[in-house]
Amino acid sequence: MENLIALLIAAPLFGAVVLLCGGRRLDKTGHWIGTLLAAVSFGIGVVLFADMLGRSADERTLTQNLYTWIPVEGFQADMAFQLDQLSMTFVLLISGVGTLIHVYSIGYMEHDERRRRFFGYLNLFVAAMLLLVLADNYLLLYFGWEGVGLASYLLIGFWQHKPSAATAAKKAFLVNRVGDMGLSIAIMLMFTTFGTFAFTPVFGAVGETSEGMLTAIGLMLLLAACGKSAQVPLQSWLGDAMEGPTPVSALIHAATMVTAGVYLIVRSAAVFNAAPDAQLVVTVVGAVTLLFGAIVGCAKDDIKKALAGSTMSQIGYMILAAGLGPIGYVFAIMHLVTHGFFKAGLFLGAGSVMHGMNDEVDMRKYGALRTYMPVTFVTFGLGYLAIIGFPGLSGFFSKDMIIEAAFAKGGTEGWILGGVTLLGAGITAFYMTRVMLLTFFGEKRWQPDADGHEPHPHESPKSMTIPMVILAFGSVFAGAFFEIGERFLKWLEPVTGYSHGNPPVSAMTVTAATMVMLLVGVGIAWAMYGRRPVPVVAPRGSLLTRAARRDLYQDDFNHVVLVRGGEHLTRSLVYVDHSLVDGVVNGTAASVGGLSGRLRKLQNGYARSYAVSMFGGTAILIAATLLMRAV
Amino acid sequence: MSAIAATATSSGEAVQFWILGTVAVIGALATILMKKAVHSALSLAGTMIILAVFYLANGAYFLGVVQVIVYTGAIMMLFLFVVMLVGVTAADSLKETIKGQRWLALLCGLGFGILLFAGIGHAGLGHFNGLGRINSAGHVEGLAQLIFTKYVFAFEITGALLITAAVGAMVLTHRERTERAATQRELAERRVREGVQLPPLPAPGVYARHNAVDVPGLLPDGTPSELTVSGTLRSRGQIRDVSGEALDDLKALEQRSAERLGREEASK
Amino acid sequence: MNPVNYLYLAALLFTIGATGVLIRKNAIVLFMCVELMLNACNLAFVAFSRMHGNLDGQIIAFFTMVVAAAEVVVGLAIIVSLFRTRHSASVDDASLMKL
Repeated sequence: MENLIALLIAAPLFGAVVLLCGGRRLDKTGHWIGTLLAAVSFGIGVVLFADMLGRSADERTLTQNLYTWIPVEGFQADMAFQLDQLSMTFVLLISGVGTLIHVYSIGYMEHDERRRRFFGYLNLFVAAMLLLVLADNYLLLYFGWEGVGLASYLLIGFWQHKPSAATAAKKAFLVNRVGDMGLSIAIMLMFTTFGTFAFTPVFGAVGETSEGMLTAIGLMLLLAACGKSAQVPLQSWLGDAMEGPTPVSALIHAATMVTAGVYLIVRSAAVFNAAPDAQLVVTVVGAVTLLFGAIVGCAKDDIKKALAGSTMSQIGYMILAAGLGPIGYVFAIMHLVTHGFFKAGLFLGAGSVMHGMNDEVDMRKYGALRTYMPVTFVTFGLGYLAIIGFPGLSGFFSKDMIIEAAFAKGGTEGWILGGVTLLGAGITAFYMTRVMLLTFFGEKRWQPDADGHEPHPHESPKSMTIPMVILAFGSVFAGAFFEIGERFLKWLEPVTGYSHGNPPVSAMTVTAATMVMLLVGVGIAWAMYGRRPVPVVAPRGSLLTRAARRDLYQDDFNHVVLVRGGEHLTRSLVYVDHSLVDGVVNGTAASVGGLSGRLRKLQNGYARSYAVSMFGGTAILIAATLLMRAV
Repeated sequence: MSAIAATATSSGEAVQFWILGTVAVIGALATILMKKAVHSALSLAGTMIILAVFYLANGAYFLGVVQVIVYTGAIMMLFLFVVMLVGVTAADSLKETIKGQRWLALLCGLGFGILLFAGIGHAGLGHFNGLGRINSAGHVEGLAQLIFTKYVFAFEITGALLITAAVGAMVLTHRERTERAATQRELAERRVREGVQLPPLPAPGVYARHNAVDVPGLLPDGTPSELTVSGTLRSRGQIRDVSGEALDDLKALEQRSAERLGREEASK
Repeated sequence: MNPVNYLYLAALLFTIGATGVLIRKNAIVLFMCVELMLNACNLAFVAFSRMHGNLDGQIIAFFTMVVAAAEVVVGLAIIVSLFRTRHSASVDDASLMKL
């Protein structure tokens, strides 16, 4: 069975190679090849899953050592894979949701002449993400990590003819680099501390390591996770990444990329469990991002950017849960899976709306679309109910568990974190209701586009709606399926561990509070956007609204602190380089040059002159010989 | 030849050494100081012959004879042959053109010589075995035995070296003709086409007084024409100028007649 | 007389030849000076042969002559071809080995 693991990665990788190297002759069939290979990967995942279910909890971890990647004495890196329950969850999510997005893209990208290349990139993305979650050591994980970065760069900048897309791709790549540096430093620290970077020996050796070193490793891992998962302070790329085609956004936000950070932290649970300080920082980052993303999501009029803010916020939930330790790991992953369903569904729905509205993204120019796009409306609506945590739907269960876990942290921390998560739930309800109302309800606010074409909203083709329906199905039932009989908890517990913590209030109380927050959020949204007509041109808004529209000044902050600071640093470095380094170098060069110029005079080209030198040299040699003999 | 065995040589050899040695050094100095290459070559030949005598005196009879025949006979002739090719009379300017070269050379030479002398004096070469015992079995036979046994590979290799050198000399001096030689007809046609000098070149010499090839013929106005002298002599700068000779002769004649007339007047 | 004097003579001739190489410009004379140096070496070899009482020194001198002959043949060929192209036998005219 374990021999199938490599095939999981090989199938989409093969697809990427074939599609990217195949040339124009594959233009007609390329998207089918890409979709098929993603589906093959999913099929293998299902087979492995069935096999895994058939075994007892202790024997579920499979390993496959393909070959020794870097065979150096004292530095052994294997191309080895490890498939346990955690990896399995990710494999199914990535390949499953990934395949659905492939199918969706067949319709969405139908009129794009570079569709074959797009599918090649999608396959590459899936392959890299699978490599990331299947690696059995940090170095191989890093390889997949960088592969994800590359694929995201290619896909965000897929419409490279648009300068904004090219810039957004660059921004995502650069911000990710900062995080990647954290991961590479973490790996180096691990190697110097443990002498290895394979998961099992590293986690086994945690007990004998000083807490300071573990905290350092944990913080570096957190930096990496912040980069990939768009957490504060490395969150700025996520909003701009909406420049990519909508399926890409769905893929990045639901199945790949942003989930990598959560995976990294949960995977490194052993390190974080032994470093409480690092854990605290993780929870703080998660809590801050949670509110940050939610606030930004409230103010955006661009439907995709609003959803991007919501992703940031939801990932914040997961990171926060992962920072809680054994209390939260399982729920972080559970929320990740349910989020994968409903967020993919929401993005695909948004893509469907844009598809019918001449690629208009401003929600203020939507309105009353529910009758024109019934399937989209229903699937999007179910996704909406799931994300705000409507009772019985998947988001309700997973988010509720995280809020309970946050309270269960205990002490003041527990109260603060619990409060933040509760507040976040309320804001989530507000901004998602706003999106829903602006898009599907109210009056028509359609505007002709720049070319004067009046939009004719219509339902999307089958290839787009079917994935949406499947995802909506998942959004509705996944949470309940996981929660009944605590299936998910029992499934993941052998890998991540679990503890109840010490909840200060009962679970029922927390659920009730969540419901109250939910109702408050929906109510405010209804009051603001449902009862009165929505202006097409956005009003100036309060100070907070304006700040949130500008992503809470994240780019301005980056510009002032990083860009300006960098410029000053560079300028001073240039000055030092010019005056000091160049001075030394040029001075040396000039003196050598001057000396050479003088020495060159000796090279007058006359053979006799050279003969004199030779003769004199011989005389000196003889003199030296005689002198040595005399001494 | 019993003296050869001794540490000190016979007084006859001493006299021979001091006289011929002096001559050899003078010859060597003449070789490097003579202006004309041909003089240098002759001085060198003299030195070499003296060295041959010294070889004989040191018991190297075969080498002495080879020195005369091969070195002085063949190699020096080769030198003279090349000197002739390049120009016998072309004198070499002894003026030094490279700044400081001569002083440096002399300094180096002096230092080197002193060092060599010091080295020889330091080495303590007092005892001479002499060649009496070796030569008693036949000198040439002894050489032959060494050449064809101990040094046979070196001998073969030097043979190969000689052949290579001969081929090399041929390659270096050989000029490849890249086009067909022009026929006489083509040459004549070309001369007509160019129209520079249609008839044969004028003959050198002024028949009235000179018929030497290095004297240019005179044009009708009395000026010499360089065209009449062979191009080789022209390029060597060996044209003899005789344009003033007629005037000089006339002047001498007038002088003589004046003297004679003066004497006749005085006798009157 | 001590036969070591032959060595002194050889040293003197060698030094004169070497100095000649340095101060003369005519390539032919230069070659003659080289020959003089070789001959001086030969004299030393012959004297050494006498000193050691074997013929090896003479054999070496013999080989020196052969090599000198080969050298002269090639050297003079070079001089002839140089004279053809440059119309001069001066070594200073062949001073292209500079910037």
